[in-house]
Amino acid sequence: MSALVEVKGLDKAFGGVHAVEDVSFAVEAGQVFSVIGPNGAGKTTLFNLITGLYTPTGGEIRLNGESTTDLEPNELAERGMCRTFQQMQICMNMTAIENVMLGRHLKLKSNLFTTLFRLPALRRDEAAARARAAELMEYVGCGEYLETEASAMSYGALKRLEIARALAAEPRIILLDEPAAGLNATETAALEQLIRKIADEGTTVMLVEHDMKLVMGISDRLLVLNYGRVLAEGTPAEIRQNPDVIAAYLGG
Amino acid sequence: MFSEFLQYLFTGVTIGATYALIALGFTLIYNASHVINFAQGEFLMIGGMATVSLTAMGVPMILAVVLAVVLAGILGILLQRFAIAPAKQADVVTLIIITIGASIFIRGIAQIVWGKEYHVMQNFTSDEPIQVFGAVLNSQSLWVLGIGAVLVVALVLFFTRTLIGKAILATSMNKEAARLVGIRTQMVLMLAFMVSALLGSVAGIVVAPITFTSYDIGIILGLKGFVAAAIGGLGSGLGAVVGGLLLGVVEAMSAGYLSSDYKDAVAFSMILLVLFFLPRGLFGAKVVERV
Amino acid sequence: MLNRLMQSRLRGVMVLALILIILPAFLGNPFHYELVTQMAIIAATVVGLNLLVGYAGQISLGHAGFFGLGAYFTGIATGTYGWPSVPALLVGAVVVGIIAWVVGRPILRLKGHYLSMATLAVGFIIAIILNNERALTGGPDGMPVPAFEVFGWELSTFGQYSLFGLQIEGFQAWYIFASVVLLVAVWFALNLIESPIGRALRSVHGSEVAARVVGVNTAKYKSLVFVISAVYASLMGSLYAHFQGFITPAVASFEFSILFITMVVLGGMGSTFGVILGAVVLKLLPQVLADFQELETVMFGLILMLTMIFMPKGLLPTLTAVVSTKLGKKKAGGAA
Repeated sequence: MSALVEVKGLDKAFGGVHAVEDVSFAVEAGQVFSVIGPNGAGKTTLFNLITGLYTPTGGEIRLNGESTTDLEPNELAERGMCRTFQQMQICMNMTAIENVMLGRHLKLKSNLFTTLFRLPALRRDEAAARARAAELMEYVGCGEYLETEASAMSYGALKRLEIARALAAEPRIILLDEPAAGLNATETAALEQLIRKIADEGTTVMLVEHDMKLVMGISDRLLVLNYGRVLAEGTPAEIRQNPDVIAAYLGG
Repeated sequence: MFSEFLQYLFTGVTIGATYALIALGFTLIYNASHVINFAQGEFLMIGGMATVSLTAMGVPMILAVVLAVVLAGILGILLQRFAIAPAKQADVVTLIIITIGASIFIRGIAQIVWGKEYHVMQNFTSDEPIQVFGAVLNSQSLWVLGIGAVLVVALVLFFTRTLIGKAILATSMNKEAARLVGIRTQMVLMLAFMVSALLGSVAGIVVAPITFTSYDIGIILGLKGFVAAAIGGLGSGLGAVVGGLLLGVVEAMSAGYLSSDYKDAVAFSMILLVLFFLPRGLFGAKVVERV
Repeated sequence: MLNRLMQSRLRGVMVLALILIILPAFLGNPFHYELVTQMAIIAATVVGLNLLVGYAGQISLGHAGFFGLGAYFTGIATGTYGWPSVPALLVGAVVVGIIAWVVGRPILRLKGHYLSMATLAVGFIIAIILNNERALTGGPDGMPVPAFEVFGWELSTFGQYSLFGLQIEGFQAWYIFASVVLLVAVWFALNLIESPIGRALRSVHGSEVAARVVGVNTAKYKSLVFVISAVYASLMGSLYAHFQGFITPAVASFEFSILFITMVVLGGMGSTFGVILGAVVLKLLPQVLADFQELETVMFGLILMLTMIFMPKGLLPTLTAVVSTKLGKKKAGGAA
């Protein structure tokens, strides 16, 4: 069986500086696959490339066997990919639940005629979307904020809200960029539970994360980046014993 | 044939130099504060009108010019201090409306003080046109180009050689960092508006003998300057100069060879064309969106 | 929750309808009616513009261009070519919609000041064409427009009509017509905002990146809302032309575009009822200031600056915020 995500010789340069250089790896469906590395190693750039926000300078990305190198983020979303951001991207001009309902965008038909006259079909769809969004907010643990304006929510709650929005799209693969950043120990523990739940239900998870305890506990495989290049790849146990990784992390 | 072309070229370069000065004013303020100042054209109007009325009152030309420029400079400072600074966190659109409000306000005052008539200003030196290969060059054009060139050089020196100029640049790049190293950013912003007003008023004065002047001349000149700045790429000094000259020449050529009715349409078609292919103008900074 | 939203939407429309019903009691003469009818038509235009500016966060400094195109399409089709009003109005809207779509695709890739420049340019070009194509448009002198008519039935400000047995004057009939149009325009806008399309539009404003990763084709939605707001402008331009009976290129001018966008920003971006208030205030202001004669322009500029500096969110959002905090304080005080 071929991998869900396949990256080959990926390259991204910003004005001559390689943020990502010759990176190759594969993510099997159903895995929790984490990308770690020091600050500036190119982790977020890698995510931006995979999700179509950046166009690579070289190399290839395949999603489920199809080359997606030149696709737009919304086209990737249509193919079952969704993500969250290190610098959260929440629509502050909406309520919490509307943000999650936005995640169901592709599942909802949007016909101008039914919209302008607000025909029953649209009302039904909207009610269903709202119910599903409420469920998801409950699921990620911010159910008490349904009608709260996003701009009035706490950082931790927004982090979970962003995950709920991504899940609302019912993705086959979800990319989480530093979901634990800024969370306290209890919140991080809850997050670990959540990621496990998501993975157990069959959604493939790619993770960029600094919290080593979280990463080592939860990942099936790890990719270590350093200065934009692959330093090592393997299971948590393999990575823990890899001399290069130890040198990079401990030797500075 | 050639003399006709030369004639259009003279016209184009002269008006283009004016556009360039207005565009530089836009650029300066845009760089310092990311505001597009729709009242920029009013500085030109103030420069021209004040000079005309002062000389009419018997003030010697030189003194009238100095007073007019100082007046515009003060206006620039007031604009920043009382209209832009209080609206710190405003949206782009809100800021645009504020500067439009300011321009209407200034125009209203000018209308009360100077009336609605067109005013004529004497050429600085001789009224005698200069003959060049069969084309006629208004001597005032030489003044426009000469003073324009001097101002551009002065600006370059100001930004590269003086501490104040460098402080403006630093503030435009990173306001917080500039504040941390001890630059008084509020002061710098006021200064940027002042310099921009000075530039505008000088442009308004030198071009007044060619275009005449009236209380409402600022609207269209200001917009043309904005077009020039956007063609060159907002925030680029070089872009402002190139954009201004390019706009002036293309406008004069199409007015001469195609249709003078559609002269103003040329500027606006040109900006659309440029932006279709270069969304950030000719020399605009490329920005990588960070997420 | 959904119920409450529905209700608040309905409530807004009801309140507006109520105001429009009660208003004639305060209108003394035909001039008042004319002013209020103009207000309603302009308000419907800015309700459409607000979809673009307030909800989708895209600037347009050239919307009078589309308003003017609608007005002139109607003027030329009904006046010069004798078309009936409704087909002229609809075909005009389709043509303007297509123009907006063609221009919008490349323009809407631009952001911020570049977008404002480009839309300004589009508006200017339209105004210049209307000014110069004298054979078609009458040039700067303008052109007359026939009265609005449907199947031989004419709606003229000078006519006499009977409605449910009630004798009413032409200008009153126009007022009723414009009121219904405004209510429908508002109803459509509200329905649009509270829908998957509306959410997609608002997400373009809130976070374009977020919108894209959940599958919103942002380019498509920006074009869509640009077209919708242009169609609103075109339809209202057509009605305006019929109502005025005479149009000049001023309807497409930069000043008119600025007036539209100012109504949106002043009333409150992203508030449908707010922008209506903006339209009312900015149409009333010149009437009030007319007494000050020479000072009119100065005062207008000053008021514009001051409201934008001190109420950057716009009149209605600021007022409702003030009222609700006052009420909140009262409640808290009562409890204590």
